[in-house]
Amino acid sequence: MSETAKLDIINMTKLYDNGDGVRNIDLTVRKGELVTLLGPSGCGKTTILRTIGGFIELTDGDIQIDGKSIVALPPEKRPTSMVFQSYNLWPHMNVHDNLEFGLKLRKLPKEERERRIAEGLALVNMTGFEKKYPGQMSGGQQQRIAIARSLILQPQVLLLDEPFSALDAKIRMQMREELRKIQTDLNITVVFVTHDQEEAMMLSDRIVVMSKGHIEQIGSPREVYNHPATNFVAGFIGEMNFLEDKDTGRLTAVRPENVTVAHQGPGDITGTVRTVMMMGHYLEMTVDTDKGIVKAYLTAQQAEDFKKGDDVTLVFGKKYEYGKEK
Amino acid sequence: MSEKPQRTASAYSIRSIKRGIGRRKFGEIVVLLLFMLFFYGPLMYAFILAFANKYGPTDILPSEFGFKWWEYVLNRPNVPKAIFYSFLFAVVSTVASMVICIPAAYTLARYKFPGRKLVMFSFLLGNAFPKIGLYTSMGIIYYKLGLMGTFVGVLLVHMLGTMMQMIWLPAGSFRNVPRHLEEAARDAGAGPVRTFFSVTLPVAWPGIAVATMYAFIGSLGESVGTLMVGLPQYRTMMTEMYGVILDYPATAGAVFALIIVIPNLLLLLIMRKYISADTMANGFKMG
Repeated sequence: MSETAKLDIINMTKLYDNGDGVRNIDLTVRKGELVTLLGPSGCGKTTILRTIGGFIELTDGDIQIDGKSIVALPPEKRPTSMVFQSYNLWPHMNVHDNLEFGLKLRKLPKEERERRIAEGLALVNMTGFEKKYPGQMSGGQQQRIAIARSLILQPQVLLLDEPFSALDAKIRMQMREELRKIQTDLNITVVFVTHDQEEAMMLSDRIVVMSKGHIEQIGSPREVYNHPATNFVAGFIGEMNFLEDKDTGRLTAVRPENVTVAHQGPGDITGTVRTVMMMGHYLEMTVDTDKGIVKAYLTAQQAEDFKKGDDVTLVFGKKYEYGKEK
Repeated sequence: MSEKPQRTASAYSIRSIKRGIGRRKFGEIVVLLLFMLFFYGPLMYAFILAFANKYGPTDILPSEFGFKWWEYVLNRPNVPKAIFYSFLFAVVSTVASMVICIPAAYTLARYKFPGRKLVMFSFLLGNAFPKIGLYTSMGIIYYKLGLMGTFVGVLLVHMLGTMMQMIWLPAGSFRNVPRHLEEAARDAGAGPVRTFFSVTLPVAWPGIAVATMYAFIGSLGESVGTLMVGLPQYRTMMTEMYGVILDYPATAGAVFALIIVIPNLLLLLIMRKYISADTMANGFKMG
């Protein structure tokens, strides 16, 4: 374990009565790192997060922060702070009291409490909202206050459980950028959970891609995008074409941006143009082949050469091979 | 009236609808008035009677209004004591019910222990049977335990009537408190007890307020059980009412009725912002 390791999940297993759960999870998060647990519903990412927070008891293994085990501690004694997807703020208290609650419990003097509250509000651009009640604010504003509330408690690890999933798309982008800025400015260690791979790619130092209770791959966004370790990761991150060899069951995978389309010549596969769709600054072409439909991205200029029904040859650039699909 | 040029088919139909509603609305208003008369009539009559100093048999309304009968009733020997006991039992039984039932309601709402549904159903049993049957059995047990004619004995009778509301409505309210709110409090450093009093209870308060109100009003209206168990030592307004109907004139009876009704009315007024279809519906959901 390196000296900068903040959070260590050691061979953690959590099993529910019906057999679902996560098994043998190993993960080290360094100080100041933002690590995202990414995966579809039911993959176990929220289970891991809530176990770190103290809301779930693990079946086996250990979780350590700064080298000390925290699994015996109840949530109120853990050096973590969690922001939930919704229902963070207490509706019967105004913003000021929401922020003050945790500070009062830590027996901080009034001056210090007021100072931190003011700092927290400034950090999330919500100065002036002290007297407002949660019911008077929008979803985005509420989440900002929730984040501020967690930050001013100065936790060792900040945990976020899909905090932006319930917000409008436009606000989501804004909140992601703001969160990333705050996180890097303050050098806080963060574990973030999401099912949105774009969000994970944008925010993270490293991504932990999960499926069905186990880890598929851990890597930086670039690594996970350019070198997907399993066909699950290949399909989950970004766009990917999958071509199955019917005899061996092996999968060949290639990203649409790595497919070159030509009228004739040597290539990996031939087919007929199915559709050409305008997507904005690029066009998406789908081609019917004997191994399925292949998507390719073309520039406007390239697309001028082709129309529906044309016979084409596809050349694959960077591609990936995987064993039989499980 | 000047003839307006007929514009479109829709203009025609709007006018005929308006005419139709006029007739129908008239009928609705008549029904509403009849209903209100049926509903509020007795109450209005009680008000009139209670303040009637002189009310001859041929008069439509009293010829003189005053407080004569109020003085009369309040000076009867048993009455002030009965009023006192009514409110005493109401307050004590409601508070005791809250202390016992609210933690139980929280446990039933949050923890899925085996037999939970059975326990919840059992609290409906008290209201599933005619109360006379229950009180008779209680009377037998009371004689054995020596609780007849005791304060605790009467208190228990009052509390029995409140059990169903004080368990089901608060349990429904607690269930509707989003778990994340409680978890966020724990996360911020609050232990389970502080979380309950700082977050759960305030958020669940509307349902609990309604249940408390029902318990209080129910206790004020408790008559049969108190009659069986409390007499002659403990008399409440309701048990006195039996005698009043027989022995006193109608005007005194009206005063008595108002003394009982007015606290109920006040409570309902105070609590009206909490009473909504939602609160009641949520209270009786089985989670």
